Parts: sequence; structure tokens; C-alpha cells
Amino acid sequence: MTDSVATLPHPNDLPFSAPAAEPEWLSSLRRSAWDRFERIGWPTLADEDWRFTNLNPLKQLSLTPSRKPASPVTREAVEARSLLKGIEAVRLIFVDGYFAPELSDRPEFDHGIHVASLGQALGNSNGSYRPYLTAPTRPELNAFAALNTAWFADGVAVSVPPRQTVSLPILAIFAAHGAAEGPTTNPRNFLRLQEGSSATFIEEHVSLNETPYLTNAVTECLVGEQASVEHLKIQDQSPATHHLATFHAWLERHSRLSSHSLALGARLARNDLRVKLEGEGAECVLNGLYLTDGQRLADHHMVVDHVAPRCQSHEYFNGILSDRSRGVFHGRILVQQEAQKTDAKQTSKSLLLSDEAVVNTKPQLEIYADDVKCTHGATIGQMDEEAIFYLRARGIPLPVAQQIIQLAFAEEIVERIQERAVRQRLADVVQERLKIT
Amino acid sequence: MFKIENLHAGVEDKSILKGIDLQINAGEVHAVMGPNGSGKSTLAQIIAGRDGYDITQGTMEFRGRDLLDCGPEERAHLGVFLAFQYPVEIPGVNTTYFLKAAVNEVRKARGLPEMDAVKFLQYIREKAKLLDLPGDFLKRSINTGFSGGEKKRNEIFQMAVLEPDFAVLDETDSGLDIDALKTVSHGVNQLRNAQRAQLVITHYQRLLDYIVPDIVHVLHDGRIVRSGDRDLALELEKRGYSWVAEASATLPA
Repeated sequence: MTDSVATLPHPNDLPFSAPAAEPEWLSSLRRSAWDRFERIGWPTLADEDWRFTNLNPLKQLSLTPSRKPASPVTREAVEARSLLKGIEAVRLIFVDGYFAPELSDRPEFDHGIHVASLGQALGNSNGSYRPYLTAPTRPELNAFAALNTAWFADGVAVSVPPRQTVSLPILAIFAAHGAAEGPTTNPRNFLRLQEGSSATFIEEHVSLNETPYLTNAVTECLVGEQASVEHLKIQDQSPATHHLATFHAWLERHSRLSSHSLALGARLARNDLRVKLEGEGAECVLNGLYLTDGQRLADHHMVVDHVAPRCQSHEYFNGILSDRSRGVFHGRILVQQEAQKTDAKQTSKSLLLSDEAVVNTKPQLEIYADDVKCTHGATIGQMDEEAIFYLRARGIPLPVAQQIIQLAFAEEIVERIQERAVRQRLADVVQERLKIT
Repeated sequence: MFKIENLHAGVEDKSILKGIDLQINAGEVHAVMGPNGSGKSTLAQIIAGRDGYDITQGTMEFRGRDLLDCGPEERAHLGVFLAFQYPVEIPGVNTTYFLKAAVNEVRKARGLPEMDAVKFLQYIREKAKLLDLPGDFLKRSINTGFSGGEKKRNEIFQMAVLEPDFAVLDETDSGLDIDALKTVSHGVNQLRNAQRAQLVITHYQRLLDYIVPDIVHVLHDGRIVRSGDRDLALELEKRGYSWVAEASATLPA
């Protein structure tokens, strides 16, 4: 245990975890997560999984969980920061990690579809989420996922019964203020899709001011047999902030997951993606784009675990880096002995717009089955001079040609988003961000 | 219309073009033939404005403008076009979007209004028919996954869309079967008129049966060693490039 851990508050000392406010099983879950966090300790560069991502800047924050916002926030103020403003969706809005019902839509779904604040769902004390949050087969993966469990206040809970389709995308907007005291927000989302159901869940992380804070988010997703889920994470926080997030999914037979990560903001952004293909014939696509400038860092760290046979997993990550910014891609594919006929593919491409930008990529294939198809490829480079010349030779000026090439590179990722209106909006956003200045 | 005088160029320490003189008048089609390594493609790339060559001597003018002083895009705006020997694949950039950007940049540079989207689509569909291109072609990414023949047809399609006044065709015939060669040549010939000029670079005489040149030049070791009418191409085919190599050895240095 390091010094910095010792200064952090134990969940027993948190106002919302008083025994009166939440069930004992949850308090005890928080205590054991805390113990785990203490055991693992603060990651350092000596940890293989954190080799390229230095968390020291975070230690300058006094890491304590966020408090409920002191002054009211308007829906306009939140939507002004949202990239998906005006897109048809059911919106659940969280300010500083706490559900803001007065700002949110009141989702009314039929057929037993349940979309609500996780905090409220847990408070209802019917205990329906208990087995999933406490299941021993769902161990916390890293220190920060454990810290989230110890500290989380709220998030989205989605439960879709068999063969039901959630007709609108569910959009959770996590808007936060920086604060000297209590700068850590801990969004916690939980999705359970039963057999043959489908849903789209979007989490969007934005800042309400330019003051530093830390987001430490966890999203867990259980995808039942033949169920299908599209998950999209848009991170557009202020460059003064830090963002740590874990996405964890378990896929049953013939289910499908596509998870997209758009890392546009924050000083340091780390995404841990963990997918377990547990049922035969499951398919997952992990797809990500990061745009970094200044001294920012975007890190995607994933482990795709093929447990069952005949599953497919594809990862596509593209980054465009300028100035002295940095990108990290770590992609581990684990194919277990039973997982015959696995088809796993991984590509990571980065475009360096400056000589000082750096990318570290680390593909890792670990294969224990003998009849599998696994490929990985990584490219890191400047813009293709041949392509630039080709465009210029047709009359397109150099800066426009460069922009076209960058945009195409970003588009490759954005076009995999299935939800049409969202895809088009994000294509426009990316075009705007890459505009010649 | 287009004039090169005493052009010397190379990369690093290697000189490739060793004093090229070439004048092409409006309405003319010239062919440059030559063995591999004679400098044919370097000449094409330098006309289009490719970076990376050291131009050590000489001049290059188009309609009185010093081309060596212009970037590749400015040359395109002036009406110079290169059909690439190896067209570049650009994944993610839609062909229609690309052509619209190109056409409108050229129009902008010439002080013309942009073409609206509907008109532009009609315009390029007509041109696509001329080159017998597949229906989905305009929606695909530039050259991505195209066969060799499709790429070459795409070059001539772009030429038809941009209607350049001076077009350089760099080994457009390589990799084409006879039917594709006819289609491509037809596309090129459609653009021929009294105000325009073309420079056809090729290794083989065959293309010149379809795009008939007024003048044929033979390039050898960075120099034009012989010029003549199209019979020169036929003679070359009969006697091979070693014939001009021997002949050029007797020329004064």
C-alpha cells in the first residue's frame, strides 16, 4: 500500500454508505472492494499494464469522492456540452456523479424493460441487482474498478427482458464540475440483456468547467444468448481533467457486442476494456478513435478472452496525434484451449502529425487452441505522402489534402457505429475537430 | 504551349534526366518511348510537380507560366494533368467526394462558381459511362480494392471529369487487356482537340495504335535521342531499344 492510498477515505466514512442509506450487502461489497484496492495499490510504471501511462499527475488532486452539486445545474448547461444534443434518445443526466432526475427524461418502457438510476434501483431494496454486483465470478479487475465499487454513488441500470428491444438509444450524460474537495466522480453503469434482446447504450462524459477532476467510471454489461448490444463511450472532458474507465462485458451464446470508444478530451484518458466470450458463436467488435494534442495522453488497454469455440472478435483502433501528445494501445487476445475456430483480428493505426508525438502499441496473442485464426497489425506513421501528392495533383491544396486524409482515417472508425443519427453527428464532430486551423 | 529546355534532374547524387528539350504545341499529341530506367516516369512526375527530385538545370513552362515554381495543385489549376502509372489507393475517401473537391478547387482557382451537387452528379455519371465503369464505382473509396485495369480506367475517368488542357499519360496501357485499352483510348481521344495537348508515355507501340501521336520521341539514359513521326514507334518495335541505344552512343555528349 502506498502513501497516496492511505490518505483516501474508507467507504465507511462516506456519507452515502451509512448503513441507514443502503443495504448491508452493498456496504460490505464496498468494504471488500476497498480492501482489494488497498491490496493492489496505486499502479506505477513498473506495472506491466501501466508501463506507458504515468498516473503521477493524478496525485496532485486530493482524491476524494465527489459531493452532490451545491448549486443547481440546468439541462441547457449540460446539453450545451453534449455532442449528441438534439439526437433522439432517452437521456439520463448525472451531475458530479449523482443522478439529476429533474434534468432527465422519465423513461417509460413497456414489456418489463427497466431503465433507471442505479442508485435508485439499489435503494428500492428489492435486491434485484445484488447477484450481479456481488457475483464471485465477476472479480474487480484493477485498482480503479475496485475503487469505483467502494465509492460509486450512481449510474445507469438497464435490464431488458427476453426478446425485447429498447426502441431508443439510452444516453447517459455524465457532466461534472471540478472541485478542490471531492474531485472524483465514480459513474457506475450496469446493463443486463436477456436472451434475444437488444439495446443501444451511450455514455457521454463532459465537463461543466475547466477545473481539474477525475472520472473513474465502470460499465458492466451482461449479454445473454442471441442478445445484441451497441455500447458507445464518448469522452470529451476538459483538458484539465483525468479519465479512467473500465468496460467489462460477458457474452453468451451467439450474442453480439459492438463497443465504440471516442476519446476526444481529458489530459489523461485510460480505457480498460475486458470482454469475455463465454458462449459459442459470440461476436464482438471493439472500435476506437482518439484525437490528442498538447501534452494529452489516450490509452486503450484491452483483454479479449475467448473461452468458447467459434467466437469472433475484432478490434480496430485509430489515433491521430499532434504536438507532444501520446497514445497507448495494448491489445491482448487470449484464446483458451476450448476456444477452437476462434476468429480474432486486431488492428491499431496511428497517424503522427508531429515529430514529438509518441505512440506505444503492444499487441499480445496468447493462444492455447490449435484451430484458430488470429491476426494483428499495427501501423504508426506520418501521413501517406503518395496519397497527398495524388490529391494535390488533382488540384486539391495541401492543407485540404491533409485534412481529407486525416478525416478518412477517423471515418474508418466512426462509420462502424450502427446507430445512424449518432454516427452522422459524430462524423460531423470529428470533421470539425480536424478542421484546418 | 508546353516547353521544356535543357532539363536536368535527379535524386540525391544520381542524375536521371540529363538535358531534356521538348516542345508541345496546342492540338498535338506526343509520345515518349524508352526502355526501363530511361527516365520516362521521372519526367512525368516532374511535370506534375512531385517533390523529392533535384532540378539542377533547365526550365519548364506551360502557357508562359514557370511550372517549376508551382506546386502540384497550382499546376492542376492551370490545366496540367498526370494519369498515374501507379494510382494511389486512398481508403475512406469516397470517389465522388474527392472529384467534387478537385473540380471545385480548380473552378475556384479560375474564378468560376462551384458546381452544385445535383449538376455535379449528373456530370460525373455521364463521364463514368464513357469509361464503362461499374455502377457502384462512384461510391467506393479512391482506387481501394480496384483491379489494375479499374485503376487505369479511373485515371482516364478523372481526366475526363477535369478536362485538362495538357495531359500526361504515364504508362496508362500497362496492365490493360485489349478491350480496356480500347475503352481507355476512346476516353483519351474524346478529349483531344485543337486547344489541348497530350503527352503519352509508354514502353510499347501497341497503345499508339489507338492514341495516334503526331510526334514520337525516344528517351534513352535521360536524353531524347531521337524524334520522328509515328513510323519511329513502329521501327522501334521492330528493332528494339538496343537499336537506339547503339545509335545514341554515337551522338555527341
